Amino acid sequence: MSDVTTTPGLVSGTTQPKRDIGIKKRYAAERRFKLYGLLAISIGILFLLLLMWSVISKGYTAFQQTAINLPITFSEDIIDPKKERATNPQVLMMANYPRLARDGLLAELGIDPTDKKNRKLVRAAGKMVSAGSRVQLRELVVADPSLIGKTIPVWVLASGDVDSAFKGQVDLSVEEKRRKISDQQVAWMNQLAEDGTLVKRFNTGLFTFGASSRPETAGVGVAIIGSLYMMLIVLVLALPIGVAASIYLEEFAPKNRWTDMIEVNINNLAAVPSIVFGLLGLAVFINFAGLPRSASLVGGLVLTLMTLPTIIIATRAALKAVPPSIRAAALGVGASRTQMVFHHVLPLAAPGILTGTIIGLAQALGETAPLLLIGMVAFVVGYPSSPMDPATALPVQIFMWANEAERGFVERTSGAIIILLGFLAVMNITAILLRRRFERRW
Amino acid sequence: MSTATTILIVLCLGLVGYLAGRFRSVKLSSGTPQSLHSRPGYYGWFVAICATMPALLLLTAWVSISPAIIDNRVFDTLPDAVQTLPDSDHALQMSKVNAVAQGLSRLTAEQRQSFESGSEDLRELMAQTGVAVAGDIESYMPAAATLLLEQRAASANYRTLLVLVLAVAGFCYAWIQVGPQMRARNRVEAVVLGMLIIASSIAILTTVGIVLSMISETWRFFSSVPPMEFFFGTVWDPRFAAAGDTDSVGQFGLVPLLAGTLYIALVAMVVAVPIGLYAAIFMSEYASPRLRSVAKPLLEVLAGIPTIVYGFFALVTVGPFLRDISAQINGLVLGEVSSFIQAQSVLTAGVVMGIMLIPFVSSLSDDIITAVPRSLRDGSLGLGATQSETVRRVIIPAALPGIVGALLLTGSRAIGETMIVVLAAGVAARLSINPFEPMTTVTVKIVNQLTGDLEFTSPQTLVAFALGLTLFFITLGLNVYALYIVRKYREEYE
Repeated sequence: MSDVTTTPGLVSGTTQPKRDIGIKKRYAAERRFKLYGLLAISIGILFLLLLMWSVISKGYTAFQQTAINLPITFSEDIIDPKKERATNPQVLMMANYPRLARDGLLAELGIDPTDKKNRKLVRAAGKMVSAGSRVQLRELVVADPSLIGKTIPVWVLASGDVDSAFKGQVDLSVEEKRRKISDQQVAWMNQLAEDGTLVKRFNTGLFTFGASSRPETAGVGVAIIGSLYMMLIVLVLALPIGVAASIYLEEFAPKNRWTDMIEVNINNLAAVPSIVFGLLGLAVFINFAGLPRSASLVGGLVLTLMTLPTIIIATRAALKAVPPSIRAAALGVGASRTQMVFHHVLPLAAPGILTGTIIGLAQALGETAPLLLIGMVAFVVGYPSSPMDPATALPVQIFMWANEAERGFVERTSGAIIILLGFLAVMNITAILLRRRFERRW
Repeated sequence: MSTATTILIVLCLGLVGYLAGRFRSVKLSSGTPQSLHSRPGYYGWFVAICATMPALLLLTAWVSISPAIIDNRVFDTLPDAVQTLPDSDHALQMSKVNAVAQGLSRLTAEQRQSFESGSEDLRELMAQTGVAVAGDIESYMPAAATLLLEQRAASANYRTLLVLVLAVAGFCYAWIQVGPQMRARNRVEAVVLGMLIIASSIAILTTVGIVLSMISETWRFFSSVPPMEFFFGTVWDPRFAAAGDTDSVGQFGLVPLLAGTLYIALVAMVVAVPIGLYAAIFMSEYASPRLRSVAKPLLEVLAGIPTIVYGFFALVTVGPFLRDISAQINGLVLGEVSSFIQAQSVLTAGVVMGIMLIPFVSSLSDDIITAVPRSLRDGSLGLGATQSETVRRVIIPAALPGIVGALLLTGSRAIGETMIVVLAAGVAARLSINPFEPMTTVTVKIVNQLTGDLEFTSPQTLVAFALGLTLFFITLGLNVYALYIVRKYREEYE
């Protein structure tokens, strides 16, 4: 502190001790330092809020879907012009259902589809109804063929472009040619909305539909089932194996080279990049063992190997937290080591193990990279009925949608992220509550 | 009988064994349970284990080994013309035979008859059963497929028989063994211990599996591309792997990928380390318990968010934001509005990855800083140092080895991160020092080479394993060193 003596203002004072001279500077440095710390934390939290805001502001609209209530006439002339449905059931499967929806819309708008002059209008109107109406109306007719010839009101999904426009996501000030929805369609949309036939409804399809190339009929149904299968497999395999391994390492293992090696190994596996596990799954489970690609079974096995270290580390911490006096008491009254562990130590460590397992599962649920390598990037429309069927996973579905260019998919991607984060939040909060409720301090 | 039914029967036998063993031990003790060596339940477990374990082990072994044997036998009966084909075609022929067999097994009696009389085209018949056979069905295939089916049926019969015999034999053996003098508990506990040991060695098996599988595939890759070209090549241009065409060998230079990986990791560390470290210091030295109890979990939420979400954040928010802001800056400085930061760039990926790493740095260093003994802190404060001086001159130097270890761990995470870079860093493999342009990483290329239609013979797919092995060893080195430092440091203060 050689600069202390040169500080002006204090030179004149003769009795002042010199060492107090730099204190102002030092306190300023102290305040600055504290400010940096506070700033760092605020930046971190700011990023978190930004991330959440970005996802939620883009994604909350995905939970609503524009639908149109149309009086659909199941005209026999369109569905079964040759009247052969009694003999050939294929007719009902192949019929021109989108035309029914289109005609319903035209009737609502008061346009005559048979008039040749209206051809352009007819085509524009047809594009307002989602192509998913084919499946929807077909299922109605196949379930109840007596509908043919009747007119009933049906809620039909609007097409993705109308949906985006109705939610205000399309910039209507742009030149008409450069956007996907024409002025005529916008006018119709507003007209229908005023009549109350075109409204936003809760989007159940987001949760039930499978993969689709059109945003309005794409959903995370298949992905949720796939993720569920994988979580079950992880739980069934990783929990017992992880607990058994940690019991051995913590309670039985002699301190020698072998157990040291296992320890180092587990710590390493916890830090190995997840994509390497994907390569392992590809080489061992698919190429070597011949399991099917894209199956949730393989995904579950890969995620099990990834989750094991997390569960083992958490379980060992929980076992360590059980005081030695419990063990001594059990052994003292004549229990064997196995009895001591399974009757006394393990039940006391159970809450900690459970918490660790839930956190491990939450990690596995959010994991994407290894699943890409084992072929979970599949276009799966139908629900997988067993873990051997092709499926996809929630994060992988998000990844696939993130690569789609259409406006409707950006919204869906954010919506799917909200669902994923919702699941993760529920799991983590459960873990925290469990810990609070059952945590015991000795 | 199917495998599932067999397993079910064996398990039922185990349950019966448990009850029987228990009952028998009680009965043999003739009213004085004290005379038994172990408690009745252990005798039950002993019988159950003897009845189920050998049987299930045999079943597992049979199911995993027999398909290969059967395939071999069937293959031996194929005509010589097929046998002399190169190895890669063997698998193709066998898969066709397999498909035909699958189709045959689904035929109805009526269809079968028309097949045997040869009246109907086999291919059409297969299509009716929902089995698609790729390529032509050769004349020898139906015979081979029939043999395959016969062999399989025979194998299943033998399997069921042997497994059940073994289960019953185990049951009887254990039943005879049960008696007051038998040390049932010790035997059961030995089995339990064995299972615990097996479970704990799965970690080792995983590592061995990773290394072996990747080395074998990498070996195959190096047989077509020399290692020197891979490790020191500066051009990454793998070309497309056309199906069946293995001649088109591109250039597989690791250098641009590794450069991109390290560059992005560096940017991420530049973002994460100061923020994380300062946050950790503030949290452990300054924050009131209330602030700490709010801020710490909030920061840790960042660690719990899946990386795909960060990737999407980078793709739709951060990337476009950086691009637009660079255009604005250009407009202000040069007067022409054009962006110099591209939406997919080293900067975008690095910054977002840095955000992801903040909680890692902060919670790891928080642990290490709090582990510094109280006495060091008190000594420094007692000598008149301010709190920040204590932190900078005493605590940080004392905690430095641990912090370096934590940073190494964080760095290894940054290098192995996949989803953020897949979405935000771009796919162009090039060497550049401009952080505003896209670069690509090892992990991006692994994903690129392995998604889509695959053939595991071309260097274009095998290179992914070479890349994976490189990545594995880099992160392994970092992790081992970091764990070593952290552990050593911890022991010093304990």
